[in-house]
Amino acid sequence: MANLEQFRTETRKWLLDNSPQGVRGLILALGEGNWGGRKALYPNPDMKRWLGVMAERGWTAPEWPTQYGGGGLSKAEAKVLREEIVALKLPEPLSGFGLTMIGPTLLQFGTEEQKREHLPKIVRGEIRWCQGYSEPGSGSDLASLQTKAVQHGDYFIINGQKVWTSYANLSDWMFMLVRTDPNAKKQEGITFILVDMATPGVETRPIKLISGSSPFCETFLTDVQVPVKNVIFKVNQGWTVAKALLNHERSMIASAFGGGGKKRTMRDWAEEYIGLEDGRVADSALRHRIAQYEMDNLAFKLTADRSRDAARAGRPPGPESSMFKIYGTELNQRRQELLLSIAGPHALGWEGAGFTDREITLTHDWLRSRGNSIEGGTSEIQLNIIAKRVLGLPD
Amino acid sequence: MELVLTEDQELLAQTAADFIRQHSPVSRMRALRDTNDPIGFSRDLWKQMAELGWTGILIPDTYGGAGMGLADLAVVLEALGRTLAPEPFLSAVLLAGELLSRAGNEAQKQAWLPGIASGEKILTVAYQEVRSRYDLNRVTTKAERQGQYWLLSGEKIQVLDGQTADAFIVSTRTSGTANDPVGITLFLVAKDAPGLKLTSQHRVDNRPTALLVLDGVKVAQDSIVGSLDNGYDALSQIVDRATVGLCAEMLGGMSQIFDNTVAYLKTRQQFGVLIGTFQGLQHRAARLFMEIELARSSVMAAARAADANDPDWQSLVSLAKARCSDGYILAANEGVQMHGGIGMTDEYDAGFYLKRARATEMTFGDAAWHRERWARLHRY
Repeated sequence: MANLEQFRTETRKWLLDNSPQGVRGLILALGEGNWGGRKALYPNPDMKRWLGVMAERGWTAPEWPTQYGGGGLSKAEAKVLREEIVALKLPEPLSGFGLTMIGPTLLQFGTEEQKREHLPKIVRGEIRWCQGYSEPGSGSDLASLQTKAVQHGDYFIINGQKVWTSYANLSDWMFMLVRTDPNAKKQEGITFILVDMATPGVETRPIKLISGSSPFCETFLTDVQVPVKNVIFKVNQGWTVAKALLNHERSMIASAFGGGGKKRTMRDWAEEYIGLEDGRVADSALRHRIAQYEMDNLAFKLTADRSRDAARAGRPPGPESSMFKIYGTELNQRRQELLLSIAGPHALGWEGAGFTDREITLTHDWLRSRGNSIEGGTSEIQLNIIAKRVLGLPD
Repeated sequence: MELVLTEDQELLAQTAADFIRQHSPVSRMRALRDTNDPIGFSRDLWKQMAELGWTGILIPDTYGGAGMGLADLAVVLEALGRTLAPEPFLSAVLLAGELLSRAGNEAQKQAWLPGIASGEKILTVAYQEVRSRYDLNRVTTKAERQGQYWLLSGEKIQVLDGQTADAFIVSTRTSGTANDPVGITLFLVAKDAPGLKLTSQHRVDNRPTALLVLDGVKVAQDSIVGSLDNGYDALSQIVDRATVGLCAEMLGGMSQIFDNTVAYLKTRQQFGVLIGTFQGLQHRAARLFMEIELARSSVMAAARAADANDPDWQSLVSLAKARCSDGYILAANEGVQMHGGIGMTDEYDAGFYLKRARATEMTFGDAAWHRERWARLHRY
C-alpha cells in the first residue's frame, strides 16, 4: 500500500512536469478525443506533444506489457494513473478501437510476431483501427456474413462489403470477419483477419443518417490481397475471437449511457418552454413524464452502483449487468423524446433561421438516438440474451 | 451508501428464507382465508418471529429490541412477502412501534415497545379516512377538549390489524381546516374505550383490516402521542419509513410470482413445444426481469438512505414505492396472463399475488401520487 501511495506521488509530479500547458483543463466530449493514425490532425499542437510524452512512457496503454510499448502497470497502478489524470484535469492522450478492442484481442489471441508488429504502433497513436463486422445482409445475424476470403498461397483474396464501420474513412487498418469456408456451419467458416486500408481494392464511403452526417461508412472490398499471416488465431475459428470482442463493445456503449449527470435539467427546459405556475411546471402531464424519466434514470444508476458495489465486495457479477445496454439506451431515447415534447414546435429545426443552436442540436440528437437501440446489439437481441442466458428459457 | 447486503443481512435473509419454507408456504395464507380466520394471522408464528428477534429489529435495545435499521428488517420482510405471510409487521412494528419510538413519551414507550418486541402486544395506527386517499393531512376525525379530557369523534377505514389491536394510535384534527397539516394530533386509544366501535372488513387481499368508528371516545391528556397540533410531521415521517418496509414485502411478492411464471414457461407445453420457447413470452419475461432489478436497487437505496437520514431519503422512498407499485402489478398481471386459464383459477396462487399487488399499490400512495411527490420534492 505504501508503494501505491509513493507511485501516486511520483505520478502526479511526473504528470505536472510533463503535461503541456495547452492540454491543461481540456475537456473533450465523447468522440472528440485523439484517435491518432496516419490521417490525424492536431489543431492543438500541445495535444500531439501530450500524446508523444505519454506514449513514450507507455502510458497510453498503461496495463499492456512493456515489451510491446505498454506501461506494464498493475490494475491498481493503472487506476491511480487514471485518477491523477482526472484530478489534474488532463485529457486522455489517446482513444480508439486500437486500445479498446484490437489491442486486447491481440494480447489474448495474437502471435508474438503480430503483437510486435501492431501493438507498439497502437501505443504511439501511429495507426488507427476500425471494425469490419456487419454487412448489408448480416446485422443481428452477424455469423451469416458473406464477405469471402479465398486463399491463394500466402495470400487471401477478399471480396465483399462491410457496413456501419465507424470512421473507416479516417482509419489505417481494419480488423475484419470474413468467410473462409462457405460449406461449414456458419460460425465455423469465419476467419478474423487484419487488413491494411491502403491495400488496393479497399474503398470507403460515408453513410448519411436521418440525423445528418455520421462517422459510419460502407467499405467495399474488390480483390483485396491480404497476407495469410494477418489471420488472428486460426483460419475458420474467427468466431471465437469475435465473441470475445463483442463483449468489450457492449460494455463500452452501455457505459456511455450510464445515467450520468447532464448539464441542463429537465426542469430548466420545462421552465423555458412551458413556464411555471405557482412555481410548478404548468403542464401536469409533462411534469409526470419528467418525474417518471428522472426516477427511472435514478433507478438505473442505482442498479449500476449495485453491480459495482457487489464487484468491489468480491461478489460474482450479478444478472443485472445484462440489462445495462438495453435499459441505458432506451432511457436515452426517452430523454430525447421528452425534450422534444417539452420544446414543442421549437424542436422541429433542421438548420437556420428561427431556431437556436441548442434547439437544432436537440432535433439532431433525437434523430440520432433512434439508432441507440439498434447499434451494438439490438434491444431485441438483448432481450433474447436475458431470456436465455439469465432466465434460462429454452431455445 | 453501499448497495450490497452485509454478512449479517445475508444471514438474516437465509434464516428468513428457511423459516418461510418450513412454516409459512402460501398454502397457510390460503387456509387463513378459507377458514375465515378472525384475526388473519398466526399468533403462534408471530411469537416465533419475536423469538427470532424480527419483531424487535427496529425497536431500541433499551426497550427489548435490537436497535437495527430498515435495511436489516427489509431482508426479513422480502422473505415474508414471497409467500404472502400476513403477520402484523406493517401495523405493529413499522407504524405503531416506530411512531412511539420516535414521538412517544417515556411512559408510552415503556408501556408498549417491549410488548411489541416480544410479540405479546399488537398496536396499530388509524390514519385513513373515507376521502383522504393518500394524503395524511386530510383528517376530519375531530378531537375536542373537555376539561382535562378530549372527546374523539369520526371514522377511520382499513385500519390494519384493527381486530387484534390492543390499542390504536388515531390521527385527529384539533385545530385548522380540513386539509391543514398543522392542527393534527395523535391520540393513543385503548381497544375497550367506551364509544369505540370496530367492524372487521374483508379485503380482496385477505389482510385483516377494520372500520373504526369513534363516537365521543373520551381520552386523557397524556394519551397524546407527540405534541398538540404537531402530529403530521411525525406521522408522515413514520409512514415514509413504513413505506420502505412495505416495498421490501412487495419486492418479495413480485420476485416470487415472477419465479413461478418463469418456471411455468419452462414446463408448460402447447403445440408440441415448451411455451418458454415463444419469443413473445421470452421478451416479456426479460422486461419483467429488468423492472424487478430496478425495483430492488430502489428499495435497497431507500432503506439505506432512511437509516442514514440522508437529505434525499424521502425522494428515494417515492422512487421505491413508485417502482414497486408498477413492478408488482406488472409481475402479477403478467403472471396471470402467462399462466393462461389456470392463472384465473382460485386454486392457483397467481391470483393472490395480483390481489396483494393492488392492495400494496393503494397503501401509502400509488405510483402516480409518488411521482407527483417526487416532482414537488425536486421543486417542479
